[in-house]
Amino acid sequence: MIEAVGLTKRYGKTLAVDNLSFTVPAGRVTGFLGPNGAGKSTTMRMILGLDAPTGGSALIDGKHYRDLHHPLRTVGALLDAKWVHPNRSARAHLQWMAKSNKLPAKRVDEVLEIVGLTSVAGKRAGGFSLGMSQRLGIAAALLGDPQVLLFDEPVNGLDPEGILWIRKFMHRLAEEGRTVFVSSHLLSEMALTAQELVVIGRGKLISQSSTEDFVAQATENTVRVRSPQLAALRTALGRAGVSIRDEGESLIVSGMDCAEVGELAASTGAVLHELSPQRGSLEEAFMQLTGDSVEYHTEIADGQVPATLVPAGK
Amino acid sequence: MTLLATERIKLFTTRSPWWSTVLALGVTVGLATMVGLTHDGPRPLTLTQTQFGTQFGLMVILVMAALAVTTEYRFATIRATFQAIPNRTAALLAKTTVVALLATVLGEIAAFGSWAAAKITATNTDLALTTADDWRRVAGTGLVYGIAAVMAVAVGILVRQSAGAISVLLIWVMLVENLVGLIPRVGADIQEWLPFIAVQRFLGNPGPDAVLGPWASLAYFAGVTAVLLVAALGSAAKRDA
Repeated sequence: MIEAVGLTKRYGKTLAVDNLSFTVPAGRVTGFLGPNGAGKSTTMRMILGLDAPTGGSALIDGKHYRDLHHPLRTVGALLDAKWVHPNRSARAHLQWMAKSNKLPAKRVDEVLEIVGLTSVAGKRAGGFSLGMSQRLGIAAALLGDPQVLLFDEPVNGLDPEGILWIRKFMHRLAEEGRTVFVSSHLLSEMALTAQELVVIGRGKLISQSSTEDFVAQATENTVRVRSPQLAALRTALGRAGVSIRDEGESLIVSGMDCAEVGELAASTGAVLHELSPQRGSLEEAFMQLTGDSVEYHTEIADGQVPATLVPAGK
Repeated sequence: MTLLATERIKLFTTRSPWWSTVLALGVTVGLATMVGLTHDGPRPLTLTQTQFGTQFGLMVILVMAALAVTTEYRFATIRATFQAIPNRTAALLAKTTVVALLATVLGEIAAFGSWAAAKITATNTDLALTTADDWRRVAGTGLVYGIAAVMAVAVGILVRQSAGAISVLLIWVMLVENLVGLIPRVGADIQEWLPFIAVQRFLGNPGPDAVLGPWASLAYFAGVTAVLLVAALGSAAKRDA
């Protein structure tokens, strides 16, 4: 179990992580979700004792990371697949890590086998593709057969096969009763991978819940309706007390399902040209929740091209 | 012992210690060979002349030792290291020890190699190691390389960048320590107390009126290095990796 209590990290004037508290339970894959720059990596580095928190603390099974004896046996982490010396072979990289925590040398070959790197173990890690580097990072994380695992954006830059492999792999680790904490800025990915979600924005906790609850709560179900008697329909809907918004030639109704909208239209005598349920996308939900807390905004409205992208002379 | 073994694996599974070894030995023994081959004249070749290349070897050692730690920051393997060994002081001390041991061994090989190469190649020599002073001036190179390696590691930990650390070290050794003497009135007095000038006294023949004798000079060099190392370890323990 990982526990963050009032975790805070300040860089000069910037508050990267702001009084963050959450728990990551064992036996589940917990997603750590937030836009880029939300403080996910900083939080993970603090959990691993690499960065010192300005305030609060992060505990692993009730202990600070620095107090763990042979920590690789308790916590495995892949924070960045590029944390490898490019001229060192994959096997040598794992060998020194194994040695540092008194793990048997044969464990190196075992984890290489697990991630499927046995055939390239003697090659220099600098020549690895991103996918291979990720696998090497995962091998390093698994070295001490730890009960707690942290992964920072593990599927970034991977091909679909690699993504699927990592997703299944995490589920298996959680099924074995381990604590799996995995960060991502992609809600769609997390919805498939994680059973629990810790959502942050600008270093602050936005929510902690099961993924199902988060998605249900965050995605709003609406009904799109089109009719030649739109004005009459709008009045009737307004009387029924649901919220309506215009979208081109149609109305978007929230708070009423299709059947209810259809019946209301019939009683008003309005002809319907369209009556369709709309499911909010996960991305929209995520944007809605974290919209105010995105660190690096791009100010591009729909259909508007930034001046610099317009060809000269137009 | 575990930590030393860890750092030994790390050091010898990259290329830089290998080419540093080749370069350090090539420069020192190579120069001594050239000195031996080109020597002629009525006066026999002296010990000082054979050890002329070890100054260049020292530069190679400084670079190698600084790189041993700055590349860890460059490739963020220092984070992997601190993840495996959260006691940063212990992890860095182990690294320092391994690098210093390698430097010491290289220093001994370079010094005795230079001595032997000159003895073989020159015809008219006076290179018998008879007095304790003779032995110090040859075998002492290993000690100097070892301590210098510790100093370079400390600078590497403090500066963290390869180019920065190497610049600081080489500019200090080659320029600052030589140019300080040009400051009017106090320059020469300050110069006596600079660490690598102390090294020259240890490996040379300081007269009886030198500020420190040879062994005291070495102790002084080690003291300056220890201060730097303590500062580096303190900084590493506090700063974010």
